[in-house]
Amino acid sequence: MSITRRTMLALALATGLVAPSITMAQAETVKIGLLATFEGAFTVLGEDGERGAMTAVDEFGSKAAGMDIEIVKGSSDASPDSAVRAARKLVEQDGVKILVGPLSGDEGIAVKEYAKTQPDVTFINGSSAAQDTTFREPAENFFRFSTDGAQWMAGLGTYAYNDKGYKTVATVAEDYSFPYTQVFGFMAEFCKAGGKVPSKSWVPIGNKDYSSVIAAIPDDVDAIYVALGGADAVNFLSQYQQSGGQAPLIGGSITVDQTVLTSKGKLRDVLIGTPAAGPTADTNDSQAWKDFVEAYKKQPGAFPSPSLFAHAYYIGMKAAILALDEVGGDLSDGGKKYREALAKLSFDTPTGKVSLDANRNAIADIYLTEVTEDADGNLVNKMIQTVQQVNQTLGIDEAEFRALGAVSRDNPSCE
Amino acid sequence: MTLAAFTPAAPVRKSWFERLGIGHVLLGAFLLLYPLIASDFFLTTIGGYSMILGMIALSLMLLAGYGGMVSLAQITIAGVAAYVIAIFGENNSNVHGFGWPWWIAAPFGIFLAALFSAMFGWIAVRTEGIYTIMITLAIATASFYFAQQNYTLFNGFPGYSGLRAPEAFGLYWREPRPFYYLCLACAALAYAAVLYGSRSTFGLTLQAIRDNPRRMRAIGYDVTAHKVFAWFLSGLIAGTAGVLLAWFNGRISPGTIAVGPAINILIIAIIGGLRHPIGPFLGAVVVVLMQTFAIDIVGAERFNTLIGLFFLVIVFVSPDGILGLWERFKPSQDRDGWHSRPDGTGV
Amino acid sequence: MSQPGSTDRDPFAPSPGLTRGQGWGVVALFAAALLLWLFFAQWPDWLDAILLSKKAFLSAILNGLTLAGLYFLVASGFTLVFGLMRNVNLAHGSLYLLGAYIGYEVATWSGYWLLGVVAGFVVMAVIGLVMQVLVFRRLEGDDLRQTLVTIGISIVAADLMLAGWTGATYQILVPEWLDGAVKTPFVTAYRSNGAAVFLTYPFYRLVVLLVAIVIGIGLWLMLNRTRIGMMIRAGVDDREMLSASGANVHVIFAFVFALGAGLAGLAGVVGGSALSVAPGEDVRYLLASLVVVIVGGMGSITGAAIGALIIGLAEQIGLVYFPTYGVVLTFVIMVVVLAVRPQGIMGRSL
Repeated sequence: MSITRRTMLALALATGLVAPSITMAQAETVKIGLLATFEGAFTVLGEDGERGAMTAVDEFGSKAAGMDIEIVKGSSDASPDSAVRAARKLVEQDGVKILVGPLSGDEGIAVKEYAKTQPDVTFINGSSAAQDTTFREPAENFFRFSTDGAQWMAGLGTYAYNDKGYKTVATVAEDYSFPYTQVFGFMAEFCKAGGKVPSKSWVPIGNKDYSSVIAAIPDDVDAIYVALGGADAVNFLSQYQQSGGQAPLIGGSITVDQTVLTSKGKLRDVLIGTPAAGPTADTNDSQAWKDFVEAYKKQPGAFPSPSLFAHAYYIGMKAAILALDEVGGDLSDGGKKYREALAKLSFDTPTGKVSLDANRNAIADIYLTEVTEDADGNLVNKMIQTVQQVNQTLGIDEAEFRALGAVSRDNPSCE
Repeated sequence: MTLAAFTPAAPVRKSWFERLGIGHVLLGAFLLLYPLIASDFFLTTIGGYSMILGMIALSLMLLAGYGGMVSLAQITIAGVAAYVIAIFGENNSNVHGFGWPWWIAAPFGIFLAALFSAMFGWIAVRTEGIYTIMITLAIATASFYFAQQNYTLFNGFPGYSGLRAPEAFGLYWREPRPFYYLCLACAALAYAAVLYGSRSTFGLTLQAIRDNPRRMRAIGYDVTAHKVFAWFLSGLIAGTAGVLLAWFNGRISPGTIAVGPAINILIIAIIGGLRHPIGPFLGAVVVVLMQTFAIDIVGAERFNTLIGLFFLVIVFVSPDGILGLWERFKPSQDRDGWHSRPDGTGV
Repeated sequence: MSQPGSTDRDPFAPSPGLTRGQGWGVVALFAAALLLWLFFAQWPDWLDAILLSKKAFLSAILNGLTLAGLYFLVASGFTLVFGLMRNVNLAHGSLYLLGAYIGYEVATWSGYWLLGVVAGFVVMAVIGLVMQVLVFRRLEGDDLRQTLVTIGISIVAADLMLAGWTGATYQILVPEWLDGAVKTPFVTAYRSNGAAVFLTYPFYRLVVLLVAIVIGIGLWLMLNRTRIGMMIRAGVDDREMLSASGANVHVIFAFVFALGAGLAGLAGVVGGSALSVAPGEDVRYLLASLVVVIVGGMGSITGAAIGALIIGLAEQIGLVYFPTYGVVLTFVIMVVVLAVRPQGIMGRSL
């Protein structure tokens, strides 16, 4: 009997009787969904993304077009499926009309696919940076005000070839879409400048023992380009140091971010002097950046310097609010006017002006950096130069760029 | 022949039947009318999804409850069917996608899943008891890593997206109501089949083998064949759920068949209970509700602690509401404890 | 096959089992000779072409050996606990990870790496003891329920560790005297001026291998030469007989569980120093232990060593020569072993 009763209780719960308290919205609020990784190994990154988004919300005093902003959080574990499930809950259950997120590359592609089935909802990217989120088969209602992983590499290939004098480079990267995009971005310029990439190692995500991979890298390359993130980067770098690696390194955007630079260990010997490129630079001394860092630091649990996830979520959220102001909070026509406002939006961010191209992907500044030791002995990314207003095709003619094909293990290639 | 072995269980079944005679009718009526009161979200993302997970857990319940084989690879088996849908049906990932119509791709996927299930079963039944859980965990994990790293067949980490449910009989079957009824029909069919099957000759033989494989072998039953066939049947159920899962998500990627989801299925089955086929569905509803609304109530950060503790409490306390796994296992444990295992079959 | 081997061991020749053993011995000798040649000879070009380079190949073999050492440390505890108590401890990976975190904290706090190693062992041994006394003793004889409990514990432990140590990657710093690379006697290439280029290898990794060998021998001696070892072996064979003989089974169980958990913790610190410590490592090492023990045979220390060797080498060779299918190689080895010898290579026949 107790079982039948339990069944009934559970099913009564499932009828939706518990839902109204959650779905009820007050008249003068606007709901914005915030989708990030609040569970699993990427939790720290997701939380920093949230800090970035909340920095933007606080900047506007939690108000958009006179209405209170209500943030509804959705959580994924960085797998595409969980991201879609969380987006579905935010849209279909919580009834958000604007969603900011997700965090990682393949999540972005999955959410873009989902966006196509929800034409009345506006999706604004968090920090996901795969190229095809906006470049191939884009969704009309998916906007990216942060840049993609290939854009982040702007200037690096040329710099490595011309200024550093590296003629041949081997690459080591994880085996999924974001590192493909990064390697593509690096090689697009490096190969064009005349460089050669004789060896590419694609390593399974989460591999812990890189010493065999390191041993298999040819001895005669001038440098090694490394696009690994988090624990993988730390493992590679410390084992590279242990094995007495001599070739200098070139970093992908997340290979030399604060999560890696602050990790304990003997990484600094191999890291100092590593050039890299990305949407932010730790030693950016513009006033706008400094103000942003100050505002960011007011968030609970903030890092000494905002990660690029905080930066990307900040920009996405700010765009969402600015466009709401523009249309006076009017989403009544299925958000059509709102999306037109978004598409035309052009605003100043802590890292320069941002506007969108025809695919609703950002055109923004990219920073060329080099790892150095600051006055306190911490490793930071020193700004070397700014590459102004990089677009998604890296300045190459779009048709020509498209002809290069989708990024993959074997594309591009210049052996 | 071995009726004596079943007598302890018989009254339990009978009382269940008595109780659920009316219970079935009420439950059926409620589930049929559910769409009248539920929102689209509760219809698919809670209702449909619970039934899909419930079916996968049911396929585990079949093996564990009747066959004494606890498998952690059921989500992998469902994944086989889902990947077949993606590879042989249509997808928009520009890899494979042979465009087979659903009425070929879906049965083919289910069949292939059952075949894989039988193969896993054949590997696992060569050893017995607790070994099964280890071997299936190893199989599940290896399959996950392989799917994640292989691009030629599985399209690696991103997997496949753009999978569409069929449009047939004038309906698009991913619309909330049709999809709900589709899930309900499949789940009810699987449920009834397991309920009926457990009382069939094969079901009774399987339970007898679970209780005393040595005796059954001595009488002349092919123990291995019976077990492998049970795996095949369980694969049919998990495969059907896998097809629905592919249509539900519109995509399939290694994340769906990772270690976490594999263990999740076990949690669902244990929370619900393995004594009766309704248990897995019960567990699925509870877990899906917890998973969906935890973020609004306790925050998503410590969700796993919550569900882990819940699971531990149930394993420890195992009240009657958890459909009596222990009653099933304890007698056999007491009868031939581990000391008497070296009987040619035990570990 | 058996003829060349049978000449020097005449007294045993008639036994077919030994002849077979000798046959295997000859195969092993050939393999060893081939390996020695591969290690010391200057490689012809065609071999370089097939195997990438001598450096890559030698490194893969050495890495396989050191990884095997690490796997052995983790799996030996797992197999001991299973062999004696029939307890499949699926929280074994959590013990590894927690041990690593604790080793990190202690080593950072005190500045002594060795203290971290000791702390990893001791704290995990105590936790293992508590788990055995408070949890598993109550569920004795109920294999499935014990296993389910370990699953529950591993879920909660993983989440709480994530809360405590976040998702960041930790690296346990090894002391100066263990750090750096050493020159091995293996020549990988000759420079144009004729000077030989020797393979260098991280010293610490060799230490890991050494620690594994020492602990392996220690375990073997304990099991075969001491009273408690004798009782453990008796318990593995027949628990009822052991308790009937007057031994306190519960004390032995608690000891073995503490030892197994402690070894996992020790492996965590040693492994966390060679590689790194991060969420997810628990599942990884649990899987490694499972496969090692399935291949090597449940309850056998020698089996764990053989299994670790096979899996460690397969993983590293796979990573270098066919990264996509590396995991499949491990899997295929497991399936083949299960198909041919379901009880594992050194497992007692079922």
